[in-house]
Amino acid sequence: MIEPLVRPKRKNPLKRTRQPLHPQSVRSRTAHGLTAAAAQGRFELQKCLECAMIFYPPRDACPRCLSARVPFVPVDNRGTLAVETTIRTSTDPYFRERAPWRVGLTRLDCGPVVLAHLHGDVREGDRVRLDLKLDKGGAPVIIALPEKDTPHMTDDRQLREMTCDPKFRRVLITDGRNAVGQAMARSFSEAGASIVFVGVADAWKPFPGQEALRKIARVEIVPLDLTDTESVAELAEQNGARTDIIVNTAEHVRPGGILQRHGLTVAREEMDIRYFGLMRLAQAFGPVMRSRGADGVNSATAFVNLLSVYALTNWPAYGAYSAAEAACLSAAQCLRAELRPGGVKVLNVFFGPLDTEWFQTVPPPKVTPEALARAVVQALQRGLEEVFVGDVAEEVRARLSVNPKALERELAG
Amino acid sequence: MTGAAIRMAYDGVVACAPVTVPYRRFSINTAHWWIGRALRDLTRAAGLEPPQIDGLVLSSFTLGPDTAVGVTQHLGLSPRWLDHVPLGGASGVVGLRRAARAVQCGDARFVACVAADTNHVDSFRKTLSTFSRFAQDAVYPYGAGGANASFALITKNYMNKYGARREDFGKICIAQRQNALAVPFAMMKKPLTLEEYMTARAICDPLHLFDCVMPCAGAEAFLVCRDSDAKALGLASVRLLATIERHNAFTDDPVQERGGWAMDAGELWQMAGVPPERIDLVETYDDYPVVVMMQFEDLGFCKKGEGPDFVRSHTFTTDGSFPHNTCGGQLSMGQAGAAGGYLGLTEAMRQLTGRPIGRPVAKAELALVSGFGMINYDRGLSSGAAILARAS
Repeated sequence: MIEPLVRPKRKNPLKRTRQPLHPQSVRSRTAHGLTAAAAQGRFELQKCLECAMIFYPPRDACPRCLSARVPFVPVDNRGTLAVETTIRTSTDPYFRERAPWRVGLTRLDCGPVVLAHLHGDVREGDRVRLDLKLDKGGAPVIIALPEKDTPHMTDDRQLREMTCDPKFRRVLITDGRNAVGQAMARSFSEAGASIVFVGVADAWKPFPGQEALRKIARVEIVPLDLTDTESVAELAEQNGARTDIIVNTAEHVRPGGILQRHGLTVAREEMDIRYFGLMRLAQAFGPVMRSRGADGVNSATAFVNLLSVYALTNWPAYGAYSAAEAACLSAAQCLRAELRPGGVKVLNVFFGPLDTEWFQTVPPPKVTPEALARAVVQALQRGLEEVFVGDVAEEVRARLSVNPKALERELAG
Repeated sequence: MTGAAIRMAYDGVVACAPVTVPYRRFSINTAHWWIGRALRDLTRAAGLEPPQIDGLVLSSFTLGPDTAVGVTQHLGLSPRWLDHVPLGGASGVVGLRRAARAVQCGDARFVACVAADTNHVDSFRKTLSTFSRFAQDAVYPYGAGGANASFALITKNYMNKYGARREDFGKICIAQRQNALAVPFAMMKKPLTLEEYMTARAICDPLHLFDCVMPCAGAEAFLVCRDSDAKALGLASVRLLATIERHNAFTDDPVQERGGWAMDAGELWQMAGVPPERIDLVETYDDYPVVVMMQFEDLGFCKKGEGPDFVRSHTFTTDGSFPHNTCGGQLSMGQAGAAGGYLGLTEAMRQLTGRPIGRPVAKAELALVSGFGMINYDRGLSSGAAILARAS
């Protein structure tokens, strides 16, 4: 059984921060099929469309019939751990400082034999579930988990290297004035975050939910205005080195496309809050987060962007808004590449219309702020890079993979 | 379909002039330098001028970005037959059998078979991390234990299934150390006791320090030519009675417990025309002792699963029963990269021609040499074996 994590003591500021390392992250192009599945939390291996053989490691032809039609598809992840070893000495600096490290060969019920990292609760001969994760280098790896959940299983040392669990971590929620920020604060507090910093601009101005927000355990209100570079820099100076997870909840939703807008005032405002806000946040907090990716139990671990699913394809009814969201998505991809050397993940959460004031005229299904907050916490606990929240977001994802042009036309109404 | 074709005997072809360039733990020189040393020693031992070498088969992990053809220009050779055999521990046997056919068919007259690798301070890690596409995608990111981790799993599985104990593997290592004590440039120079073996530092459970070879730099080479040419040059030589080679065998075994030898051993003995009992010395590929035990079984010296008992019933020393890895093998000499796949061949050739670098095996007339290489994902893919006879 896994020993539960102990809340880390306050760090001695004179102590050197251990530099982040990561396992080798180079993969063949085909193996990035695993990256795509791991990023969204699916367990997929290649399956031959002609002879139905399921195989691993990734190949460019079926090893039974030589067919080249070998896509990654969801497969049964259950199997038996045939044999295990404990690596006590490694040539790689990342594993060297984390030794001993357990790995083993699992025979999957669906055929392949998979070399995988081992959760602390699995033993040779056990039935196991395999899960695809992104490791500290953002590369896809497989871990063997116990067949059924065990107590404190997410506290496992090897598993926690691949997740961004908020437990005992310090979270910054950038805007607590809106419903999403408040729901987020509640979810992170419940998930065991040790402090939840919640940014509030112009704190002297009252806002709905203010009292309830203050009452959430371990919430600390901090002054933060994402449209003000100095405000962001000031908070980063004070809290940057103890911010392990950032969730950017700043929103700016206005209906209308390009032609309905008169001039650039609103467009500038939405870009200022969303796109430049993201840049200010990333520039102020990113470098220190990147340097703290291996800083113990409460290392820096994730930068979370809440993005409208219409960042992926424009919805003309909210056309200018969609365009600003698309800018944020592109910036997030850049940020992901820049934070990866530090082992800090960028989680993009794509949501459909929210059940909030600015989507008042939009018919259901809609996403409640609470559902969005739960999805964010779960995605971090699983270590995902992308998650789609709500039926609309799921539908957009599915349709983009089939016929993006049809979706574009139909969104135009 | 296997065994359907009639194998032609290696009549009229011999191997001679075995060369070992003394190993070093680390070398600041390149693989090209070591190949150059080996070829210089080989031509001198054979009494040939370099231009007379008209065939070359080469194995090396650390030659990059060059391949064998780059080496021809680098070293000023102009062969009319060239092969690059990137098969690690199977390189020796495979190089030998290809060279033998080339000479037999007249495609080349003097084929130099060379394996060499350098070992810079960081080369081992670099070789591991880029060893193969499967290693890159599906092995190295899992603890970066390299071959140690892969063979730890194979060893553990074999112990679970066939009841081998660490002491049995220890016996193999200790006997080889005994044999190595007479070799001046072996990496390991002190006797090994069972207690030292058992209490050594753990590497990857159940493997401990003395189960693992020490990476080093070195080169091995020999010449393949016609029997008549060897005689004219006054070279003591060995004949090739039979060889086998196999890649990616037994893919359905969930964890490797046998190598390709098990598929081809019948043909090996049939072609050689001698039974296993007639063999005077055996040189197996010994990157890890479990692989030695598998070779005893898969090559027909005992049945599958009897490896542990077989080990308990022999001494494996040059002066005892079942002389094995008579110069100490890689476990004591060190593993000079691909040259490790040649060590058994050059040693067997020296024993059969009465010029061992260590202690001689009495009345050595027939030797079996086997190779094993290329752990690509979860198992070694290439296996080979050759039966050699002292040329009369």
